[in-house]
Amino acid sequence: MIIHSIFFYFFSVIAIFSSLMVITSRSTINSVFFLILDFISVGCLFIMVGAEFLGMILLIVYVGAVAVLFLFVVMMLNVAEQKQSWFIGKKSTHIPTGLIVSVLILLELLVVVGGWKYKDDVMSSNTLLLSDISNTHQLGLVMYTEYILYFQLAGIVLLLAMIGAILLTFRERVGVKKQSYFNQISRNPSNAVELIDVKSNQGIKIDD
Amino acid sequence: MIEYLQILGQEIYKIIFLIVPILVSVAMIVWLDRRVWGLVQKRRGPNVVGPFGLFQTLADALKYIFKEIIIPASANKVVFILAPIITMTLALVAWAVIPMSENLVLADINVGILYLFAVSSLGVYGIIMGGWASNSKYPFLGAIRSAAQMVSYEVSIGIIIINVLLCVGSLNLKDIVVAQKDLWYVIPLFPMFVIFFISALAETNRPPFDLPEAEAELVAGYQTEYSGMMYAMFWLGEYANILLMCAMGSILFLGGWLPIMDVYPLNLIPGPFWMILKILFLFLLFALIKAIVPRYRYDQLMRLGWKIFLPSSLVYLVLTASFLFYFDKLPKVSI
Repeated sequence: MIIHSIFFYFFSVIAIFSSLMVITSRSTINSVFFLILDFISVGCLFIMVGAEFLGMILLIVYVGAVAVLFLFVVMMLNVAEQKQSWFIGKKSTHIPTGLIVSVLILLELLVVVGGWKYKDDVMSSNTLLLSDISNTHQLGLVMYTEYILYFQLAGIVLLLAMIGAILLTFRERVGVKKQSYFNQISRNPSNAVELIDVKSNQGIKIDD
Repeated sequence: MIEYLQILGQEIYKIIFLIVPILVSVAMIVWLDRRVWGLVQKRRGPNVVGPFGLFQTLADALKYIFKEIIIPASANKVVFILAPIITMTLALVAWAVIPMSENLVLADINVGILYLFAVSSLGVYGIIMGGWASNSKYPFLGAIRSAAQMVSYEVSIGIIIINVLLCVGSLNLKDIVVAQKDLWYVIPLFPMFVIFFISALAETNRPPFDLPEAEAELVAGYQTEYSGMMYAMFWLGEYANILLMCAMGSILFLGGWLPIMDVYPLNLIPGPFWMILKILFLFLLFALIKAIVPRYRYDQLMRLGWKIFLPSSLVYLVLTASFLFYFDKLPKVSI
């Protein structure tokens, strides 16, 4: 058991330290790297409490995909210029907005944690842990039977977000030549080559 | 406390017995790769150092060790050094869950296949960090290409894994192999095996999808600024990843350590032999493909991943699920 608590404190210290570094480090790239470290150590904590499926999914989705896109965006932006305008510029509106949002999140968290004892039929994780089937099986057993509606609704919300993002960034460009594999492969000499008898001094007009 | 130290010692002993064979086989596999490449192009390939040139890779490794490590002046030093270390560590760490036979596995965890998938999806960080930290044009372009490529092909690999999991009903790698006792999944799921193989080529940046290191356009992509031991670590990690993908393919589709047929002389041969044979078979396909196909263009690569592999693997997923449901063959969960 002592090894278990050593590992627990190891991962939680790393998680807290790296989440502090995310908001305090001066370079944005370092923030993203610390965010990744935070995700990984939280994933390890999940695995330690027996939620192995959640831990692995956290690693795959957040570290493997979402954080890669974060890193991508941050690397493409010119970070040095932005730092100036965010922290030194006098007309900064980020700090009040950020404060309002974080106070709201704190209040919501308080309401949720306070209202936890009024939950009606949510099984506590302790009873789930006692049974001897694995965590993934337990999730699968309830997710597609009891909570199918919520599961599908969450999927539709994600689909809407995806369609919205595609619509926002989609623009039709004119004059772009696209390669059509079907046309390319089904081309043959009879419809691609034409023999023209050109008259002297007249030439021919070739239209694209 | 002494007890824990003993357990720790045993684990380290096991880990060494896992890592050393992998490193040696990576060296041999590099030789095999170059040799096949040479034979396809009617050259001899490496054949000077040792019998059949077997020690060529060891000689190369020695050369890399004694070379000077050059760190560019404008590079971000910490990230620059971290990138090859991350690549190699992740490539080796994934081997912990690969079962070589029924009892020969370092960590037999319940979510083995998810662990493999997670670790292989983290592999992109080594490349992005290396490309960005070099602070130079070609490495950065290579890193951007590879990030997009690896994230895209992971999606189709994920759906192919779901296909197999539907038939097995467990995320444990041992269960996946044991479930193929009667029929290897390469037969009912053959289209998925082909797509998995091609996606594995893209995931490990092998030709025809080696755009991150396309030497004609990008010098050597994200590896351009690396030299000496750090380059060798990238290289080692890359080949360990290729072997890992071969091992994953043989576990998911070719029945892992199971013999070709469960008949008398064949089932006397121990499991690891079959596993290594299957990994080598898949690797030979990798090596042949490197030699015989030209490189894809970037937009063709993206089209192949998102417009062909993703929809077709989704369709096959629906087909598999319907088939299993209709014939009542879905795996049962014992509660």
